Amino acid sequence: MLSSAREESLASRVDWRRYMVYIGFLALFLFFAIVLRDAGFTNPNNLLNIVRQTAIIATMAVAMTFVIAAGQIDLSVGAIAGLSSVTAALTISRFGLIPGVVVGLATGLLVGAVNGFLVTRLVIPSFLVTLGMMGVARGSAMWVTDTAPVPILNQTYNAIFGSGNVGPIPSLLIWIALVTAIGYVVLQKTPYGRQVLATGGNERAARFSGVDTRRIGFLVLTVSGAVAALAGMLYAGRLQSGRFQWGDGDELSVIAAVVLGGTSLFGGSGSVIGSVLGALLIGVVNNGLILMGLESSQQIIIRGAIIVVAVALARRN
Amino acid sequence: MAVPAVRMTGISKSFFGNRVLEDVSFELRGGEVHALIGGNGAGKSTLMKILQGVYTPDEGEIEVNGSDVEIRSPQDARALGIGMIFQEFSLIPTLTVAQNIFLGHEPRGVGGLIDDRESARRARAILTEMGEAIDPGVNVADLSTGYWQLTEIAKALSEDARVLIMDEPTSSLTAAESTALFALIRRLQERGISIIYISHRMEEIFQITDRISVLRDGRHILTDETAHLAMGQVIDAIVGKTMEQAFVWQERQVDRTAAPLLEVRHLSAGGRLHDISFTLYPGEILGVAGLMGSGRTEMARAIFGIDPLERGELFVHGQRVAIRSPRDAIAAGISLVPEDRRSQGLVLDHSVRENIVLPMLRRLAQGGLIDDRRGDEVAASLVANLSVKTPSLDTVARLLSGGNQQKVVIGKWLAMEPEVLIMDEPTAGVDIQAKTEILGLIRQLADSGKGVIVISSEPAELLAVSDRLLLLRDGRLVREMDRKAITTEEELHHAIQRA
Repeated sequence: MLSSAREESLASRVDWRRYMVYIGFLALFLFFAIVLRDAGFTNPNNLLNIVRQTAIIATMAVAMTFVIAAGQIDLSVGAIAGLSSVTAALTISRFGLIPGVVVGLATGLLVGAVNGFLVTRLVIPSFLVTLGMMGVARGSAMWVTDTAPVPILNQTYNAIFGSGNVGPIPSLLIWIALVTAIGYVVLQKTPYGRQVLATGGNERAARFSGVDTRRIGFLVLTVSGAVAALAGMLYAGRLQSGRFQWGDGDELSVIAAVVLGGTSLFGGSGSVIGSVLGALLIGVVNNGLILMGLESSQQIIIRGAIIVVAVALARRN
Repeated sequence: MAVPAVRMTGISKSFFGNRVLEDVSFELRGGEVHALIGGNGAGKSTLMKILQGVYTPDEGEIEVNGSDVEIRSPQDARALGIGMIFQEFSLIPTLTVAQNIFLGHEPRGVGGLIDDRESARRARAILTEMGEAIDPGVNVADLSTGYWQLTEIAKALSEDARVLIMDEPTSSLTAAESTALFALIRRLQERGISIIYISHRMEEIFQITDRISVLRDGRHILTDETAHLAMGQVIDAIVGKTMEQAFVWQERQVDRTAAPLLEVRHLSAGGRLHDISFTLYPGEILGVAGLMGSGRTEMARAIFGIDPLERGELFVHGQRVAIRSPRDAIAAGISLVPEDRRSQGLVLDHSVRENIVLPMLRRLAQGGLIDDRRGDEVAASLVANLSVKTPSLDTVARLLSGGNQQKVVIGKWLAMEPEVLIMDEPTAGVDIQAKTEILGLIRQLADSGKGVIVISSEPAELLAVSDRLLLLRDGRLVREMDRKAITTEEELHHAIQRA
């Protein structure tokens, strides 16, 4: 039994930590704005650039929020993005825009469903399944393309997925807004979202409450695969080609963004807005460090340190 | 007169002004097997946790082998030769018997590395001395649960334990394993090891122990030689003469000519339930009695779809229902308030509101989106009706007291308006006021025409609410009793012991 005073203080501390990502984002933003006021950090073009660079990570972070909130992990998102960029590009060059989009998304959906099947039916930990799948997906993408980039000449595709603008707004920004809005509503407002949180919070209690926890585990991984495919197609549109390297290493940035955003790695809590902000925070750090003129080796060190510190501050108990 | 192995004098302990032990004294002689018994909340486990150094007493002294000691931590207790044989086994299944026995105090060889051969040799020596033929090189996971307990005992002995505390040691053992355990206890006793034996099973207490001490409501009631006591005396001491008002039986009218609400036919499951059949009528409260491990909980789990049925059929309102998951059970109108509210009943880090609405999320959804206003109303009205003491609906369940947590679990199922509510130990670990309220709720629910199945290890509670009682033993339904036919709590105690 804990004293109620101690529990009280614990409660208020947890509450404060939930907003860590907002505080951290604001603090770092102000820091760079002041330090880099002459280097053009707050220049609208630079800010738009940050958003553009983080949009793809943010997209995957939205789906990863569900995965982690359900008590699972998906390490294969970066590789799925690469594979889908390739399958989409190959299909577009042969069959055109619509088949390309369908095949690209189906690729991720399928890989995600295989992840979900292995985790929930064969009861293999998601960490291992998706670690293996990372290799399978990346290797497949290298194999079908002979490691060469596949150019996408369809300008409609490139405009919709990444390079274009709708009026003054970059299409990437519209995608991320759309994905964030859907993710937010589904997590906060639908039975599925609440069941995801309950499954991650206490799988057994959720099952005892009539939640089909295996179905939840299957769905979060399947959707994560499909959203990773969307991310891969955004890469393809922005870079006007499909290539196995797109998304390489993104899984770590995505997971860092989600955890920075206040989602517990143990499951049971999750914030879609937090994850997107977490991705933006990483983007701000990257951009700021570049503008400060640091070498890329130094950037990597500082980025790693900032993530550890931020997660340490944001973590529960 | 020999120096006692342990002497605890005038022990008192309170938690938040709630006195759980009041001036309790307990003495354990060298080489004796001493039963420590009492109902739930009598203070047995608190007293034993003090002896193990988990809690420190507010008042009182402890002597071990005649010298005053202060036990501030489990390490202190181990150093004094006090070993605990855990009810929930504390072994690591993936390690070998020898590795488990020496976990944390492994024999070291060259350069401080663990000497596996030496530990296997010593493990074998200890096991041989115990008269048990277990290969120390086998993984614990490959042994039957009976041997797990022996490994636990060997682990305690490897740390030179002179006092062993055994908590319901036979609850997960087969009859043959129990007999083997008793033989081992005798051998340990001959070597001068003293054993504190906690159990609810009178038969084995009278078979194996030298003395009996009874606690009730945190007070020491009785200590005497087992040979001088009759089972009736002991049960009287456990029960006490002052029955709580809440525990007074209120006779209720149940129409057993009506169409049955739930029929269970030839239910078998998990190798631990055999051919159980019974009927529950609308408005009826059915008590399920039996010792720990008798199949009470397994029966609830099978009906609720947690564990698959091997055989048997369930009928709700005369309709056959196929239940393969809790979802199926809920759809059929059956709900379960599970045994362990913390691990099975609640998502502890989620709010009271989220916990209450969890089973009914789909019902709350309109056009795919949850109607949070209605969820709030449901949660608020249940919190008010059940008088759950919580600062707000947003308070996380972890912060509530045991009784209020339990009310939240009950509330989440009441919200589903089930036809049949199964409650497994609904008042375990809740204070007396919450207990009274929960029993009242059970009656209210039955009065509204629902069926309630109450599983409990407390005869007083079963007698207070049940209209009819089922007695389980070794996974079988051995007796069905009308509440009217039982006049005293002692009768039920006897029936459970000899079921």
